[in-house]
Amino acid sequence: MTPTMDLPDASAVEQRAAEWLEQRSSDEWDAAHDASLESWLAASPAHAVAYLRLEAAWNRTTRLSALQQPMRRPFAAPAPRHSGLKIAAAVLVTAALSIGGSLLATHQDHQTFATTIGGREALALSDGSKIELNTDTVLRMARGSEQRKVWLDKGEAYFDIKHDAQRPFIVMVGKHRVTDLGTKFIIRQDGARLQVELLEGSARIDLEDGKRAVLKPGDIAVAVNDAISVLKKPVREMTRDLGWRRGVLTFDHTALSDAVAEFNRYNRHKLVITDPSIATLEIGGTFPADDVALFGRAAHTALGLRVQARGNEIHLSQ
Amino acid sequence: MKQPPENGRDDTAMRKARDAAMTAAKARVWFVSEVLPLETVLMQYIQRNWRNQSDVADIRQEVYVRVYEAALHELPEQAKPFVLTTARNLLINRVRREQVVPIEAVADLESLGAAAEEPPPDRVVMAREELRRLQLALDSLPQRSREAVVMKQVDGLSRRDIALRMGVGEETVKRHLTNGMRALANFLYGEPTDLRRKP
Repeated sequence: MTPTMDLPDASAVEQRAAEWLEQRSSDEWDAAHDASLESWLAASPAHAVAYLRLEAAWNRTTRLSALQQPMRRPFAAPAPRHSGLKIAAAVLVTAALSIGGSLLATHQDHQTFATTIGGREALALSDGSKIELNTDTVLRMARGSEQRKVWLDKGEAYFDIKHDAQRPFIVMVGKHRVTDLGTKFIIRQDGARLQVELLEGSARIDLEDGKRAVLKPGDIAVAVNDAISVLKKPVREMTRDLGWRRGVLTFDHTALSDAVAEFNRYNRHKLVITDPSIATLEIGGTFPADDVALFGRAAHTALGLRVQARGNEIHLSQ
Repeated sequence: MKQPPENGRDDTAMRKARDAAMTAAKARVWFVSEVLPLETVLMQYIQRNWRNQSDVADIRQEVYVRVYEAALHELPEQAKPFVLTTARNLLINRVRREQVVPIEAVADLESLGAAAEEPPPDRVVMAREELRRLQLALDSLPQRSREAVVMKQVDGLSRRDIALRMGVGEETVKRHLTNGMRALANFLYGEPTDLRRKP
């Protein structure tokens, strides 16, 4: 650190950074602009910090669009007299207000919780169990019954379940059933594919046709239609897969195509690989899940890729 | 820089260049996710320890530059003590250079809890808080700026469409948007978080 630094006026730099940012979000932006912005950013750390700061604040404001989403009728039905899974009313209210627009619908027998793309939701159950919903997820919960039972209709959730031998906790995914035997686990449903990662304890999967598998920590079970296979994965890596709980995605020698697919689960601005030859390039690092622009820049600087905004898509090519 | 990776992926020079670029990308991510959220604390610290308030924005920027440069070499373990220590050193240097206030003025890092990292707040509360804060930030903008920002960020309109709707030229829209961006960043990062329970 030098004792005296000749820095340009902070306000002038910030104004220039704002102009770049405004221009970048306009439709006149192209690859040549990308290159000049990149060289302006590289010219001085003062440019970089001013730009990063404005961009981060600006990206946050896109969440305001959540305010536009029609707010569904909040939970208002009378509480069941003796429900297996009662949720504190406070949780329901905050869930309805939270970002990503958790949409609540009530039904006679079920409560439905949903997150939009980029949304996350934490549910605290009266039995001390916790469920966290990841992006674009729908979960239903039985009420008014002694059973502890939920349906994961779509998406991904992390379960931290208080075990009760008398009342097993059951997650239904399509016609398959996952039964907790004292557990922390992640379930992801992706079309016909069901994936269960077990971090702690034990759980059992029963497929519709009677096939079953009992999971131990470090096991990943993948069920596609009526076939099931169990693989091993270090629990450390499973923990990394839970980065979404903190709002980040972590990649380590991950193929670009896989990283792009992950990002696209969280964002309405979709990344598109327009050049198949780059799909297998590897990328690493930890990124905020909602900052596609930052990931695009990393792909540009780290892999030398061309990054172009095209309407709601961001195209990656050689 | 624009060279496609091709088969040169094994080339060590290329690999080194990529590693360097990746380091820069990591520094950027770290800066955005770890340093910017500390801006309120940093601003309070500078304001408390520096008499001339018109220097504050420049000092903040200088702190950021030093922190960012350091991160390009190696990511600091903990952001908060690092940022505040950088600020203190910088203020001390300025004091020495300008001989305006006694050095004792720059002291109380502990009172800001520089060493202690607070536990992360509950996710749901955080999400709700964020939305409320964004709404407040938006409300703090001058009316024309706010209109332009909402059309851009919430409705997703182009600059030309915004100009048509507002009945002004595109250059004016640009000005409203850039002013809005700067004010939003100041509000979102610089203002004290504890705005709750305001009537």
